[in-house]
Amino acid sequence: MPKSLTPRLAALRDEIHGYAKEFGLDFFDTIFEMVSYDEMNMVAAYGGFPTRYPHWRWGMEYEQLAKGYEYGLSKIYELVINNDPCYAYLMESNPEVDQKLVMAHVYGHCDFFKNNFSFRHTNRRMIDDMANHATRVRRWVDKIGVEKVEDFIDRTLSLENLIDQHAPHIRRNPDPKKAEEEVKANERVEGFKVGREYMRGFINPSEFLDSQRKRVEDEKLRAKKFPERAQRDVLLFLLEHAPLEPWESDILAILRDEAYYFAPQGQTKIMNEGWASYWHSTIMTRRALRDDEIIDYADHHSGTMGTRPGAINPYKLGIELWRDIEDRWNKGRFGKEWDECDDLRARRSWDKKLGAGREKIFEVRKHYNDITFIDTFLTAEFAMEQKLFVYGFNDKRNSWEIMDREFRKVKSKLLQGLTNFGQPIIEVVDGNHENRGEMLLAHKHDGQDLKGDYARETLRNLQSLWRRPVNIITRYDNKGMMLRFDGTTHSEKKVEL
Amino acid sequence: MTLKIHQDHSRFKQIVRGKIKANLRKYVQKGEMLGKKGKDAISIPIPFIDIPRFKYGHKEQGGVGQGDGEVGQQLGPGAVEPGEGHQAGQGEGDHALEVDVTLDELAQILGEELQLPNIERRQNEKIVTQKIRYTGINTTGPESLRHFKRTYKQALRRQIAAGTYDPNRPIIVPMREDRRYRSYKLQNLPETNAVIIYMMDVSGSMGDEQKEIVRIESFWLDTWLRHQYKGLESRYIIHDAVAREVDRDTFFHTRESGGTMISSAYKLCRDIILADYPKSAWNIYPFHFSDGDNWSADDTRQCIDMLRNDVLPNVNQFAYGQVESPYGSGQFIKDLREAVGDTPNVALSEIADKDAIYASIKDFLGKGR
Repeated sequence: MPKSLTPRLAALRDEIHGYAKEFGLDFFDTIFEMVSYDEMNMVAAYGGFPTRYPHWRWGMEYEQLAKGYEYGLSKIYELVINNDPCYAYLMESNPEVDQKLVMAHVYGHCDFFKNNFSFRHTNRRMIDDMANHATRVRRWVDKIGVEKVEDFIDRTLSLENLIDQHAPHIRRNPDPKKAEEEVKANERVEGFKVGREYMRGFINPSEFLDSQRKRVEDEKLRAKKFPERAQRDVLLFLLEHAPLEPWESDILAILRDEAYYFAPQGQTKIMNEGWASYWHSTIMTRRALRDDEIIDYADHHSGTMGTRPGAINPYKLGIELWRDIEDRWNKGRFGKEWDECDDLRARRSWDKKLGAGREKIFEVRKHYNDITFIDTFLTAEFAMEQKLFVYGFNDKRNSWEIMDREFRKVKSKLLQGLTNFGQPIIEVVDGNHENRGEMLLAHKHDGQDLKGDYARETLRNLQSLWRRPVNIITRYDNKGMMLRFDGTTHSEKKVEL
Repeated sequence: MTLKIHQDHSRFKQIVRGKIKANLRKYVQKGEMLGKKGKDAISIPIPFIDIPRFKYGHKEQGGVGQGDGEVGQQLGPGAVEPGEGHQAGQGEGDHALEVDVTLDELAQILGEELQLPNIERRQNEKIVTQKIRYTGINTTGPESLRHFKRTYKQALRRQIAAGTYDPNRPIIVPMREDRRYRSYKLQNLPETNAVIIYMMDVSGSMGDEQKEIVRIESFWLDTWLRHQYKGLESRYIIHDAVAREVDRDTFFHTRESGGTMISSAYKLCRDIILADYPKSAWNIYPFHFSDGDNWSADDTRQCIDMLRNDVLPNVNQFAYGQVESPYGSGQFIKDLREAVGDTPNVALSEIADKDAIYASIKDFLGKGR
């Protein structure tokens, strides 16, 4: 069972808490709990929560974590939950300097959770809700049987990424009735009011009236279509329209809730980890470190910041970018004058002594997510300094290799990987395809093909929820392709796009 | 203390177990997992348990990395880990999942799948081993077994009682009488021991494929019998026209060119049993593999005599597996079937190819002896 802090650690927490406040971090109350490595692995396997619904996936996760720990390959340092109050875990066996580092890091995360716009709509009572979800699922397990429930969860998890990342921020159709009336009112197209009859042909030319009529017709057609507009939230579509049993709907709703809860963490991974690392580094090196702890601290900090050629370390990229922003705004390296300066020497010694860096990063942490963060602040100089490159697979040599170091390509590849989580964008376009109640999905192809075997298996799972045949339009090797699963067999055919 | 996760963990293991069970026939026929055997566990590659999603093909994707290197430079093996692209959780890759299964568990799965009966024990009460247990403390004993803490405590107690202990200068000097030693007791543990005596024909007609079959088969026989008995020994005999005892490695890698005189092996087997494995203390399992082409009818007669008189009365079960070689299958199994086929502790099996291993394991172990 998690324990509260020892008096010694509580004193350290108060100390670090003080520094965090002093630097202007603004966070929910943060509760630290001590756990053994076993419990740490468990909580990590549960995605940070002490209680989740029963599922074998956590067990698999746990097996891997536990093995990694036992073999000394990996160790989880910090776990923090976006909740009010925030919960964070400290591993009992860690030395004091690590505990301090983790606390400082955690306060960084908590500040980010509280202030970043992406988290504005997240549920801050998620700990309780997760526990409730667990109870609900357990109750269904008791009623329906573990195999059936587990099987349904497996199939739904297969569709988990088919949610609309931006949905929490969009308010659509605030009042469906009013919208309907509007459509009705527009049905008869009379054009603008005309005071003098001879002006009619000028104010409402026939082409204009025709186009207005067509618009109304389209509108009507669309109202008949189902869904009216292509819908990215496939889970919601299923929830509303698939012929599900009550228990199935309940579980689907739970899984959808949880997917939405975790989404913003995926959208701000680089910023969030960078921000927390920036603050643990600042707090530790400026305030909290004792002389005899420096070596251990440096060792662990550099361990976290390590990079490998084949991957981006969000901690490293994040912290460097935050520092770069701070430096640029301190020295005034932004704006028209800076952008237009071609003189290398002037650029190198550019320092307007604005000192606005701290203020700027606090502002940025509020209003950006990873995509806008990278898009706005990743500069050519930065990419060069950080030795960023694009890698790809060389079929001829059958190996991964460095493809390009050009700034524009690096940036666009980075952004591509972040768009929609690096997941393909898929929408429901028709819930009554061919007027036979089939579902039609469309994949918005952006140059990358779907993994074929996975796509087929996913279709199979989707079909089992929708009950009727399901189809997806995508592209392979630049040719339109429709994959289909009708409940017994997979098929595919070429389509014109 | 039990953690909630253990439920999910055991559920995961159950699923893994189910996967192994479902694919057991494949695992039995393939020899590849034999190389991955540890002391008491084996790693089995099972298809990765992954939840399918709509996602990009990994090789399509590429990504952004960080570090030195010219354009065109290879990243080196392992640099791009599946699932470790620039986005967390983007593709778990195509690799198989290796799960560790204890040999005991594997035997259980084998038993359940093949519906093998547990072996009826014979004379197991009589079979006793003695084990040393350090359970007590004594005032005498060898210095190597001196119990430091107890000795210290004893000395401390004595010095406090005698009033020579000074808390400000806490020096304890143990005397001869203070010393304490660990002492052991001999415990009689009933233990069931078994020995497998493998015999294999290594004459010219037994090729590599035949030996591979024997190797795979012996792995499963070992696994099952080890599950049934606490102590399991293995002895290996190879023979062509003459027989000799060898170690395991030689057993599987020797190739001779001579003719086949099976009686030589049975004779050696009999001698080993008589010399080392008294019937009262051991469960004995001779397994013999050959392509069945014995030298002469005369020799076969000798074999059967030896089996009847000296081997069968002493062993739990005698098993003969006839492996089909490129030169066809011999006469020997028919002769055995005629002569001793009705004897309850004889198991005979014909193994045509690797696919037949599965069935032949059942032939061998299905009698529950």
